[in-house]
Amino acid sequence: MDALTTFLLRWQSFLAENGPDFAAALWVTIRISMVAIVCGLILGFAAELGRRICPWLRRPVACYVEFFRGTPLLIQLYLLYYGGPRVGIVLDAEPAGMLGMSLYAAAYFCEIFRAGFESIPEGQREAAHCLGIRPWRRLWRIELPQMAQIVLPPAVNQIITLIKDSAVLSIITVAELTKTATRIMNISFEIVMPLCLLALLYWIISEAVAVVSGKAEARLTRHLTR
Amino acid sequence: MEETITPAIKISDVRKRYGQHEVLQGIDMEVMPREVVCLIGPSGSGKSTLLRCVNFLEVYDEGEILVEGALMGYEMQYNGTRRRAGEARIRDSRRDLGMVFQHFNLWPHMTAMENVTEALISVAGKPRATAEKKGMECLERVGLAEKAHSYPAKLSGGQQQRVAIARALAMEPRIMLFDEPTSALDPELVGDVLQVMRSLASDGMTMLIVTHEMGFAAEVADRVVFMEGGSVVEQGPPDKLFHSPESPRLAAFLKSWTHRNGQVA
Repeated sequence: MDALTTFLLRWQSFLAENGPDFAAALWVTIRISMVAIVCGLILGFAAELGRRICPWLRRPVACYVEFFRGTPLLIQLYLLYYGGPRVGIVLDAEPAGMLGMSLYAAAYFCEIFRAGFESIPEGQREAAHCLGIRPWRRLWRIELPQMAQIVLPPAVNQIITLIKDSAVLSIITVAELTKTATRIMNISFEIVMPLCLLALLYWIISEAVAVVSGKAEARLTRHLTR
Repeated sequence: MEETITPAIKISDVRKRYGQHEVLQGIDMEVMPREVVCLIGPSGSGKSTLLRCVNFLEVYDEGEILVEGALMGYEMQYNGTRRRAGEARIRDSRRDLGMVFQHFNLWPHMTAMENVTEALISVAGKPRATAEKKGMECLERVGLAEKAHSYPAKLSGGQQQRVAIARALAMEPRIMLFDEPTSALDPELVGDVLQVMRSLASDGMTMLIVTHEMGFAAEVADRVVFMEGGSVVEQGPPDKLFHSPESPRLAAFLKSWTHRNGQVA
C-alpha cells in the first residue's frame, strides 16, 4: 500500500511539473506528422501520376524515390537543416522538419501508389477505353476507389512509421515529444517516467490511426463482403 | 445491284510486329453491316490481336482499318503520311464499337447497374434516372434484371459476361466485337452467354467474334474466317468451311478440334 502510494505520488508530481511541456510537445509531433502525411500523400500521388502520364518524368521520379528511400532520414534532415543554408535554404527547425519529413514520406507514398495502380488489371482500363470514358473520370471512378483498399494498409503502416520517425527531428532541435522527453530527463534526472510517458504517447497516436483506418478499410471493401 | 454498301469494318493489308515477330502478316477482310463473322484458329494465330486492332487497343503498324468508313487510330497529314491519332480522336472512332472481353473486365467495386450506367452518365451525358432506365432495359435484354444491384463478385462467370455485354450494349454500338467471350467460363455457363449472342445476331447486330465454339460459329455465323500464323488461310460460309475445307491446315485444325470435342453441328 505504501509503495503504491509513493509510486502514484511520484507520477502525480512528475505530471504536474512536466505535463504541460509534454502536451505542447505532443501537439508539435502531431502537427509535424499531419503536415508530413498530407504533403507526402499529395506529393507522392502527384509524382506517381506524373510518371504514369509523362514518360520523361519516369527517370527523375525514380531518382527521387531511390534517393529518399535509400538514405537515412537523419542524414536527409542534417543536409536540409545544416547544409541548406549553404545553398540559400534557411529554415527554422520546425519548417525544416516538416519539409524534410514531407519529402521523405512522398517517396514512400509514391511507391505505395504505384503498387495501387499496378494492382488494377489492365483489362479494366481497356473496358473504360472501349466505352469512351475519359482519363480523369476513369481515375476518379474506376482506379481510385479500387486502389484505396489496396493502398490503405501499406499507407497506414507508413503513416505510423512516419509518426514514430518524427522522433528523429529531435536532433535538429525541434521541440517535439522525444526532444522534450530527453530535455526533461536531463534536468530532472528522471529516466523511467519520461521514457514511459513518451512511449505511451507514441503508442496512443499510432493506435488512434489504426482504429480510424480500420473503419475506413471496412467501408472501402463493402463490395467484397456483402 | 451496283449500289455499294460501306463495310462496317474493312481491314486492308494490316500488319503488326512485336519486335522481330510479325503477328499479323497482311490481313485483308471485311465485315458487312448486319453480318456475323467468326474468327477461328489455333491460339497464337493472331485472331485476338486482329480484333483488338479493330478498336485500337492494339496499335497496328501498317495497312488500314476502316470502321464505318473512317480510319481507325491514325489521322492523315497534309503531306500524305499518317500519324497516331490523339486520344480524343480515338475515343470518337470507338463510338460505334462495343467490346466484350474474355475476362469480362467488369469493375468489381460497382454493381451490375453501375457498371452498365457508368458510360451512359459520364460519356453519353445522360441524367442518372434516364441512364438507369436504359441500364435496366439492357440488363433485361441479357436476362439479368434481378441482378441489377449485385456486385460482380456475387455473380457467376456467365452472369458477369452477360453484364459485360449489357454494358457494351448500353452505348448503342453499331458493331459488337467479342474476344473469346466464353473461353473463361465453366462449360455449363457457356450456353446462356451464347444464347444472348444468338439473340443479338437475330436482331441484326453486326458482330465480329473470336471464338473456339465451333458449334456456335457453325450455327450463327454468316461467314467464318480461319486464321493461322498471322494470316487468313481460308474464309467462307460455315457450311462450306466446316464440311469441305480447302486448305489442309484448316482440315487439320478441324480434325484435331473434332477429336477433342465431337462433331461440329
